[in-house]
Amino acid sequence: MTVEVRLERVSKSFGGVRVLRDVDFDVRAGEVHALLGENGAGKSTLIKIIAGVHAPDTGLIHIGDQQFRALSPREARKGGIATVYQELLLFPELTVTENIFLGNAPRGRLNMLDWQQMRRRARQLLDSLDSPDLDVDAKVGSLSVANRQRVEIAKALSQDARVVIMDEPTAALADADVERLMAVIKRLRERGVAIIYVSHKLPEIFALADRVTVLRDGALIGTRPIAEVTEQTLVAMMVGREIDHMFPKAEAAIGETILKVRNLSYGQRVKDISFDLRRGEIVGVAGLVGAGRTELALTIFGITPADSGTIEVDGKPVRILSPRQARNLGIAYVPEDRGLQGLVRPMTIAQNTSMAALRHVASGIFISLTREARQAVEAIASLGVRARGPDQVVAQLSGGNQQKVVLGKWLETHPLILIMDEPTRGIDVGAKAEIHALMSRLAKEGMAILMISSELPEVLGMSDRILVMHGGRLAATIDRADATPETVGAAMTQAGAAGVAA
Amino acid sequence: MSVEAAPAFRPRRSGLTRFVSAYGQEIVIACAILILFAVVSLINPRFLGANNLNTIISGNAYIAVAAIGMSMIIITGNIDVSVGALIGVLATISGTLAVAGYPVWVAWGAPILAGAAINAVVGALVAYGKIPSIVVTLGMLSILRGGLVSITGGAWISNLPPDFLLAQQRLLGVPAPVWFMVICTVIAFLWMRYSAFGRSLYAIGGNSEAARAAGIPIERRIVEVFAIHGAIAGVATILFATQLQIIQSTVPPNLELTIITASVIGGVSILGGTGTVIGSTLAAILFSAIGAGLIFVNVSAYWLRAVIGLLILITVLIDMLRRNRETRQASR
Repeated sequence: MTVEVRLERVSKSFGGVRVLRDVDFDVRAGEVHALLGENGAGKSTLIKIIAGVHAPDTGLIHIGDQQFRALSPREARKGGIATVYQELLLFPELTVTENIFLGNAPRGRLNMLDWQQMRRRARQLLDSLDSPDLDVDAKVGSLSVANRQRVEIAKALSQDARVVIMDEPTAALADADVERLMAVIKRLRERGVAIIYVSHKLPEIFALADRVTVLRDGALIGTRPIAEVTEQTLVAMMVGREIDHMFPKAEAAIGETILKVRNLSYGQRVKDISFDLRRGEIVGVAGLVGAGRTELALTIFGITPADSGTIEVDGKPVRILSPRQARNLGIAYVPEDRGLQGLVRPMTIAQNTSMAALRHVASGIFISLTREARQAVEAIASLGVRARGPDQVVAQLSGGNQQKVVLGKWLETHPLILIMDEPTRGIDVGAKAEIHALMSRLAKEGMAILMISSELPEVLGMSDRILVMHGGRLAATIDRADATPETVGAAMTQAGAAGVAA
Repeated sequence: MSVEAAPAFRPRRSGLTRFVSAYGQEIVIACAILILFAVVSLINPRFLGANNLNTIISGNAYIAVAAIGMSMIIITGNIDVSVGALIGVLATISGTLAVAGYPVWVAWGAPILAGAAINAVVGALVAYGKIPSIVVTLGMLSILRGGLVSITGGAWISNLPPDFLLAQQRLLGVPAPVWFMVICTVIAFLWMRYSAFGRSLYAIGGNSEAARAAGIPIERRIVEVFAIHGAIAGVATILFATQLQIIQSTVPPNLELTIITASVIGGVSILGGTGTVIGSTLAAILFSAIGAGLIFVNVSAYWLRAVIGLLILITVLIDMLRRNRETRQASR
């Protein structure tokens, strides 16, 4: 098999932080090469270097027999490389045909667009992807995610791509669509297309890949034929240590119930949820994407107030209609997306830290900047934020440190209840362990923590109890003692068929 | 990604470095003013005469004052393109009351209250109606401008009582508008820097979702800041309307743009979240100085707009470059 693309000792840093170190990687015609690694391992950077989005600091890129120090997106496309990104880059107001041929439309007489040929070829491409049901004249905005993805793949094929990069293509797909996508990928492979497949879903990788490459902290851990690895070896390569040691939930005295949720509902995403949360307890919320976990958090925190159901905080029934009310009741929410709901990026660490509890650093109506800075210095020290000082702008911090600042902001409100949504997504392994240790410490000090996480090892390691959501409902409540990847996984995928009903 | 071998605390930067990085734009403008004064007075020494300086600064003080409120609006990520028309309307209200024989404090107070009330409505439409502020204020611009001309018929107000003419009075040899400009700027600066209110405006402009999640009542703040901006526009109106013995029913063309420009050149990011009112006041002074300077070195004053336009582009470009650098440093 011919090697289509090869990276040779490629390194890349952003703002002084190494994200890739001397990585070798190649993909051959007619193979699916899976790229595996934890969030922040460097997968995205690697594929963006191949796609011409980022230029490597050192190293070489070989395409066929050509050699590059860096690629422009144009050169990558001319080299036959196409990317299907996680966030699909299509134009919702244009039709399927228009999207497929945008930028490389066939021309007819007088250099005018040849619409008939375009529509015919779009039809052929989609048929070859097992999608005869997809209308070439439909607006892309009206299509489902799965169909949009097929349009994106068809677009790649229309450019005669020899290498197709797929970044977490199944992240937002339902099971049936995943199977259809897998069939499409196998078909592409039979045609001799080289596929780089980024995913952290191991079953898919075993079903599809010919070879797998694991990255960790920007370094190449290894490239193996799929037949030579098992799930265990892959997990060990990814995390670099035993899972048991990664998620230390320290023993904490479980106290009285502090949050009591009964029959809580909001729209279609939160249906009839009931659970208790006690002091010193970490309750994990597991579920697939779209199971309604974040929506549950937003409802409790008052961003999307509940349609029905009751909430009691510390024994008192409350109606939470705004985040302000939730905050005043002692509820804190560290959001899934730090950039969106967590940080004010142009502000300094000190200003972000004090934002939710300004009165703690104010005398009368005026903020004491000295007290605010002192508070930030304490937070920086106790949370281990790596920063120049309290007056550094948070936009300049790395993901893990930004997360610590968001956490620090909410700890300044002295909450009774801390909701953490994907607390370690997109941050490095070291910072992850630090955040887990912090959560343990907070629980030990009597805080009640509700932790939403998509990483099963994290849920299993940190939680005293696990709530499993499916389709907006509570599918199961599983105690720490009964929680295994199998029981939780089963409850995540088949509502009501496993676990102990709530 | 892991390997940050850096210590938890790098050595603290000196106070001076931090001051320069926090107030870079303000320092640049202050230097620009000083250089301009130096150069022009070398060419024409009369430029630095005390009277001339007073005239230069005093005539544009109302722009600096209005730019204070505008800066607050832009810091929250909004904009107001109707403030010029508002000043025209408020000037007519104020002058009419003065001529009708009401006490001067009524004639001075009315534009402040009316400005606050009118802009509170604008703020409510933005905050609760969820209409972008540029749309609301564009509508307001036409309403105010059209309404003013229709009602006054374009007539000027004359025979203003002498004690109404605040802008012509002096204290300790300094014209009243300069006092107003300095005092308003200092109070607004301290208010924006040290009050929870001011801080919340920066938070709303920097990331309104995060501000909401942190418990800041965004809608109420937007209405409040628009009302404050209206009241400040009222103060600016008094300084503008009491300069001469007459009040015209029109304001200088593109007044709102001049005010917005002062904010932007002063370092208030048009995207919201950063900047100070000191910068906008300095920028307003810089405009006056450029305008007067051009006359003193015998260059057509028409160049003023071109020079200011150039300044806008340079400033926004620098702002964009700075933001890009910050995002690049953070992304990985």
